[in-house]
Amino acid sequence: MTVPVPARPSRPVVALLAIGLLLAILALDTLRSPAVDLFDAPPPIAFGSGVAPGGAHCSGG
Amino acid sequence: MTRTRAGLVMFALALAAYAFVAAGARAGLLVLVGLGFGLVLEGLRFGFAGPWRMIVTDCDGRGLIAQFLAIGLTAAAAFPLLAAAPDELFGAHAPVGLAMIAGAFVFGATMQLVMGCGSGTLVNAGSGNLVGLVALVGFIGGSFLGTLHLEWWTGLGTMPVITLQGLWGAGAGLWVTLALLAALGAVVALRAAPGKRMPPRRLWIAAALIAVLALANLVIAGQPWGIVYGLGLWGAKLADAGGADLAATAFWSAPANAERLGASILTDVTSLTNIGLLAGAFIAMRWKADPGAQTARLTAASWLAVLVAALIMGYSARLAFGCNVGAFFSGISTGSLHGWVWMVAAFGGSYLGIRLRPVLLRRAGPTGTGVPA
Repeated sequence: MTVPVPARPSRPVVALLAIGLLLAILALDTLRSPAVDLFDAPPPIAFGSGVAPGGAHCSGG
Repeated sequence: MTRTRAGLVMFALALAAYAFVAAGARAGLLVLVGLGFGLVLEGLRFGFAGPWRMIVTDCDGRGLIAQFLAIGLTAAAAFPLLAAAPDELFGAHAPVGLAMIAGAFVFGATMQLVMGCGSGTLVNAGSGNLVGLVALVGFIGGSFLGTLHLEWWTGLGTMPVITLQGLWGAGAGLWVTLALLAALGAVVALRAAPGKRMPPRRLWIAAALIAVLALANLVIAGQPWGIVYGLGLWGAKLADAGGADLAATAFWSAPANAERLGASILTDVTSLTNIGLLAGAFIAMRWKADPGAQTARLTAASWLAVLVAALIMGYSARLAFGCNVGAFFSGISTGSLHGWVWMVAAFGGSYLGIRLRPVLLRRAGPTGTGVPA
């Protein structure tokens, strides 16, 4: 018996879904997180700033 | 086509401008770096999981040699930079441990099942690959779940953090790194078939650009290029929004992680480059006149296998202190021993994943029976 195979969405459609997922996460985060205090933002470039990086990395426990 | 491309340029600029305005100049610059990664990885077809498969299945070492070249170029500048500014720049240094090794092995296996590694999953999703989109959802979930149990896993046995510059100094550590990369390149060249040894011009350019972008990441963010932490944070944000009490967990109650969880995603450096990377891959795909064909139709069981494998991939990447980017690329290029151990363990897992792939991934045929994908 032949089973009909559903059509696949095109690459642009799937890519837009991925961008939509990203924007949804960003929107949710924007609603729930406090706005960034730009006067407290880190220097544009860490190297030469004299400030230790404050971010977290995959290699951190 | 011209209008589409103009729109894509506007999209990229708008994304970077949004980060700049919302979170400061560093955030805007890191989104630009991420966009560069996405454009190079998708536009020049530079990957990690694919070349690891190609050397085994086709005796094709070109992509793998290009990876070693990119890591070597990055290391050549990263080692002196880290030595010059030890208080401003951090390497991707993590301890070797039982869970780390097992995590890397499992990551290697699962990345062959989802047809993409950490960066590859973002690139695949951004460029419209349906497997990549499903894998991205699983990867976010898995890398978050991994944070919940990380303390238990690392408690099984973990060595102190060991770096090559810590053992021999920055100069000698760099030379050892470059010598090991060259030796590995030679081994790969010997293993590869004639005509499949020398990377094509495209990969030389890609390797150089990836190194430049990785160094820009290090100089701007103060830490190397990473993927997994950002995705785990996104999962944590979603869980938090769903009512999960993450303050009760060891990982998310640690000061650095609690700060990230309570702050905007736009303050997290790996999130910023992940956002740019996904968008860059989207732009590179849409820039072409022909965006390419969708991946093969898979059976329902195969889609489930992709989702579960991606979940496990994210979980194992957390235990392994990074994926092919945070551990392999950034670990080795900044002197961490765990990067080398990760590579060996993940390559073993990748070999297993290549064998599992035709068993678990089946194309949906007209009779519905399925053939290897």
